[in-house]
Amino acid sequence: MSAGHEIDFATAMERPPGIVRQALRLRRTQIGVGLFVTLAMVSLIGPFVAPYGSTQFVGKPNSRKFEGTLFGTDYFGQDVWSRFLFGGRTILILAVCATALGILVGGSLGLIAAYQRGRIDEAIMRSFDVILSFPQVLLSLLVITMFGPSPYLIILTVGLSTSPRIARIIRGAAVPVVERDFIAAAEALGESRRRVVFAELLPNVTSALLVEVNLRLTYSIGLIASLAFLGFTPTPNAANWGLMIQENRVALVIQPWGVVLPTLAIALLTIGTGLIGDGLSRVSAGIDRGGKGE
Amino acid sequence: MWGHEGHGFVKKPILLFVGRRMLFGATTLLVVSLLIFLVTQALPADPASAILGREANPEALAAIRADLGLDRPWYVQYFDWLLGVLSGDFGTSYATRMPVADYLGPRVGYSFFLMGVAAITSIPLSIVIGSYAALKRDKKFDTTSSIGTLVLAAMPEFVVGTLLIILFATTIFQWLPAVTYLPPGTAPWQDLDGIVLPVATLVISVSPYVARVMRAAMVEVLESDYVEMARLKGMPERTVLWRHSLPNAIGPTLQVIALNLAFLAGGVIVVERLFNYPGIGSALADAVRSRDMPVVQFLALIIASVYVVTNLLADVGTVLVTPRLRTRLK
Repeated sequence: MSAGHEIDFATAMERPPGIVRQALRLRRTQIGVGLFVTLAMVSLIGPFVAPYGSTQFVGKPNSRKFEGTLFGTDYFGQDVWSRFLFGGRTILILAVCATALGILVGGSLGLIAAYQRGRIDEAIMRSFDVILSFPQVLLSLLVITMFGPSPYLIILTVGLSTSPRIARIIRGAAVPVVERDFIAAAEALGESRRRVVFAELLPNVTSALLVEVNLRLTYSIGLIASLAFLGFTPTPNAANWGLMIQENRVALVIQPWGVVLPTLAIALLTIGTGLIGDGLSRVSAGIDRGGKGE
Repeated sequence: MWGHEGHGFVKKPILLFVGRRMLFGATTLLVVSLLIFLVTQALPADPASAILGREANPEALAAIRADLGLDRPWYVQYFDWLLGVLSGDFGTSYATRMPVADYLGPRVGYSFFLMGVAAITSIPLSIVIGSYAALKRDKKFDTTSSIGTLVLAAMPEFVVGTLLIILFATTIFQWLPAVTYLPPGTAPWQDLDGIVLPVATLVISVSPYVARVMRAAMVEVLESDYVEMARLKGMPERTVLWRHSLPNAIGPTLQVIALNLAFLAGGVIVVERLFNYPGIGSALADAVRSRDMPVVQFLALIIASVYVVTNLLADVGTVLVTPRLRTRLK
């Protein structure tokens, strides 16, 4: 009797890592993890191994080859390689924070909407419809117009504008779970609402949540890099892959490195997270997501 | 037989459905307009000082504020603005001192042309790729297109565009211009070479999603009982595909198409900047930098309307296209 209990307990415990481990068996997830880890390392360690400062003047602007530099100088006479090594950090950190915020807010609201149903559900979902009629770039630009491109504000806007999109998915995943018996059992046992939502409901939508984390991270990286490309970085001449592309694209013909390096970096980083997300969604029963950024 | 009788019945509920849906769309737009206005009104750095810059002194600021009507309470300003919008008057741009409608009118046209060409290209393309992948399930085309769409879908659109510029306009080949050249007064189709890359960028960032969803929907339909039934009855494969499978698979895909068309409205902001295309996207980035409120309000409203309208069309379209839903509407 008691032995049977133990086995049940053990299989129940092994479930959550199962999704990740299963996904890691797929070739695409492995490649994705490889790309993501490489680019994340470049972003985080890069600033410490850069030969020059991120805004240090090195020599004649837009030189393809320049004594003492690996990839020449940029439009402002700064070292392209050093700025490349500095340029991922802000994007990655802001994107990770924004995604975390989005998951926290969107995930909770989605779960609450699914559990409460009725008027609260209706109110949450209808107000999200309004937010969803703004493309995320537009919403971010509106906020930047008001307060300027401060990093906290970018995290806040990107995170909060992501959350309705997450909430929709999590609500969808949670609604069938709410119908199941163990939720009624937990209620009958007199568990508090908060416990039912976060201790009973939440563990049953982890695979949807994991897929969502990845997807939103991919979009947030893209969005934050896009804002930088439009010229909205916390400091004007910041070393940032998005801004680098904007600054150096005029000289693309004579000095391609200033554009090619950051472009490849953003491309590989987002492809990496995209592949991880696809691997995860493949093993968690055919979730295939539709809209870009939606 | 009862198809004929039902005909009169079927038409009316659709009109009712469309009417309800339009009312809902209009309400959303109203709330959106209020939100846009409140957000832009909450502006801490006020446009009067932005216009005057360093020469600002209290009297001049007050004069400009009164001139722009900024000294009135916000709800008066909102209704004033809303009434103006409804009658086609969108105010005066702070930065250019031109009426917003005159300044942005041609740009809206340019942008809609860009979005239109991108939509017309990407919708059939993604439907064809998705359906073909479903037909060739787990064959070479399917796996290739699956990886291809995944990779292209992950990248932000300005990166896709920059890669295209590196590949086709500058470093590797020099086949196409890297920027669109449209002096004021020219029609967008007068620089077709210049429009290839911006359109390609938008198509590449939008199509993969639609193709993936189309594939999933088509796979489901092809495995359904009614398709098997049709095949067993000995219908030619062409009829099975065109009459039985495709319409049922397009239904669910329409929603995603709408989402992605709406996404185009956001995508043009960045893509236009990249190619110096003189549309609303470039105007928005400039207006944000110079805090040109009336221009920002107008553009935000236009972009949000594109979203609301495409969504509405998709909801109605889904009902019209999907045979099951069409008959279920009472």
